[in-house]
Amino acid sequence: MRRRRNILSWAGFAIVLVALVSYIPFFALFPATRDIPWANYLLFLIGGALLAAGVRRAFHEPGRYQGKISGSILAALSVLLFAFFVASVTYFSKEIPSASTALRASQKAPPFVLVDATGKQVSSAGLLNGHRGLVLVFYRGYW
Amino acid sequence: MRGFEQRLNEFHQRGVEVVAISVDSPADSQKLCQSRGYTYPFLSDPKAETTRQYGVLHPNGAGEGKDIARPAEFLVDATGTIRWVNLTDDIRVRARPEAVLAAIDRL
Repeated sequence: MRRRRNILSWAGFAIVLVALVSYIPFFALFPATRDIPWANYLLFLIGGALLAAGVRRAFHEPGRYQGKISGSILAALSVLLFAFFVASVTYFSKEIPSASTALRASQKAPPFVLVDATGKQVSSAGLLNGHRGLVLVFYRGYW
Repeated sequence: MRGFEQRLNEFHQRGVEVVAISVDSPADSQKLCQSRGYTYPFLSDPKAETTRQYGVLHPNGAGEGKDIARPAEFLVDATGTIRWVNLTDDIRVRARPEAVLAAIDRL
């Protein structure tokens, strides 16, 4: 009997790839899936389960299914990708200086004059003029 | 930043302006605003002077000695006093607009 391609392993690996690359362009857009990346963990779990089933049948039913070598390589790669994802969201994304120097509530907000995206000068005094308040969102930028 | 854009009218209804600040050049900010559809002001602090004054500098955060801002949100009242601050310890986890709106409602 001709041995069949082990589609489970490849499908599992494809889902693992989606789990890795979907965070920044998609799931990070929504606070509910951004702060705790549960959707990505779930995708890793589904991909890992399919891959495990694929590798399992490659070894248990070698007469029917191919993929002992490819499945093992895909499984090892998936473990590395998962480890990279976990390290990124639990360690690398926290590699910022402590906030101990930051100004706190009840302190005076230093006035500023900065240039907006159209090149126009914008001052904090102007922004506050006639307003009840001003929200400053400092972000890392794209340099 | 996307969350602030989506609820911008709720800030404006409360008489509060929202601005984003980074070391990016105005041209880069314009590209960002156009691609993401941001309509509130994106201000350029190329030498990170304002960022430093607010104490949210991330020295060498961009590598090659380039200083940037660490993520942070400040609410300033009409008298120029800081009334609420959010200082995350994770670049992925930013203030949610509803938290800032709640702080505004407590002013």
